[in-house]
Amino acid sequence: MAAPIIRIDNIVKRYGPLTVLDGLSMEVLPGEKLALIGPSGSGKTTILRILMTLETISDGHIEVDGDQLYHMPKNGSLVAADDRHLHRMREKIGMVFQHFNLFPHKCVLDNVTLAPMLTKGVARAAAEKRAMELLDMVGLADKAKSMPAQLSGGQKQRVAIARALALSPKIMLFDEVTSALDPELVEEVLNVMRKLAAETDMTMLLVTHEMGFAHDFADRILFFDRGKIVEEGKPDEIFRNPRQERTQAFLRKIIAAGHRV
Amino acid sequence: MEWDWNFVWQIMPTLLEGLKITILATALGSVVAAVIGLVFAILRMTAPKPVARATSFIVEFIRGTPLLVQLYFIFYVLPDIGIRLPALTAGVIGLGLHYGTYAAEVYRAGIENVPRGQWEAAKATNLTGRQTWIHVILPQAIPPMIPALANYLIAMFKETPLLSAITVLELMNQAKSVANSSYRYIEPMTLVGVFFLIMSLISVVFLRWLEERYSRLEER
Repeated sequence: MAAPIIRIDNIVKRYGPLTVLDGLSMEVLPGEKLALIGPSGSGKTTILRILMTLETISDGHIEVDGDQLYHMPKNGSLVAADDRHLHRMREKIGMVFQHFNLFPHKCVLDNVTLAPMLTKGVARAAAEKRAMELLDMVGLADKAKSMPAQLSGGQKQRVAIARALALSPKIMLFDEVTSALDPELVEEVLNVMRKLAAETDMTMLLVTHEMGFAHDFADRILFFDRGKIVEEGKPDEIFRNPRQERTQAFLRKIIAAGHRV
Repeated sequence: MEWDWNFVWQIMPTLLEGLKITILATALGSVVAAVIGLVFAILRMTAPKPVARATSFIVEFIRGTPLLVQLYFIFYVLPDIGIRLPALTAGVIGLGLHYGTYAAEVYRAGIENVPRGQWEAAKATNLTGRQTWIHVILPQAIPPMIPALANYLIAMFKETPLLSAITVLELMNQAKSVANSSYRYIEPMTLVGVFFLIMSLISVVFLRWLEERYSRLEER
């Protein structure tokens, strides 16, 4: 078995008096597709945000692709990572947000080319060629010159996926990427993700409330509750035969709310 | 007292000289204010705590004291510690500092209006702090600020007569001197008022145009 690409070791995340993650550990294998499910406030989104370095951790260690994320070796011991180290580590990771967060003042093409040109020094022509390939993959090549405000939610989210892919990360994080979409727009985004999973060997971590999609998409499901992983397993195990009481209760509620599994 | 057109034409060149200085002082003052305001705003928002706090104090101090007093300090008190500035330079610095603190507030509000998601997207696409400011935050923050900044520009323009107190030969000072030497006040003072009114009216039209243009940009 290959070495894990992500190794989360006993991390703690506190917001003031509130402990969101309490000594959480998990590992992700290269190329693995992982779905994080659970009630809101269970810490699953926090994990993604921590991996993207949008949050700091209160305690613990995270290793990404063989290097410490929040620490770096210095004179034989581990010290807190500086900006340069974080910058280098972020190259390995891309993220797609619930609310897209496209740059509204830039056209679709510029949204996708901005970071490669700035952070990797890619020439404009090459960046645009690559961006057009990615926009083509997400089915939006004809919208390259549109402004984000002119797009539907589903289109915005597909641009956001292309933007993240443009940096060729080894790991992609998807944070409830369909939660802000009108129901009829969800499928076009999920289709792009299916394609991505089929065509690339990227490691993908997905926080979602789309249980049907999680079932089909993921190699492994992690069920979160109150900052802990309560249960994990293959999609069929989790969805058909959940062992833990809390997982069963959560899935019953989700099904009652009309989500298909 | 009667209106004397001959006197008007006689003093017009002097007043126009003054108007030039008034406009120059406003233009330079607004550039200084724009730059100083940005420095203040960024220091307050991103510098380490002690620096940010010191900046806040300076900003409050400048806003809480009259421009006239500040001008006197820069022009008449600083020479005591060996800093001797030409009158116009002192005036531009005074205007720039004073209005810079107002501009800083506008910048801060504009920058804070950029959603947090934009900072996060910039980070997730691995932009550096500098790149985030230049390519993501400022281009979104500045357009909505422009009407408010233009408002302060007009306010600053109307306060330039204060510079006459530190011997800058701007419009008001020129008018005073021709009035004092000829004992006729009605023409020079009326003309000063008319000049300011014309400039303000032009600015207001310009401001309306800016507001319309940038409010349309804001809908996203």
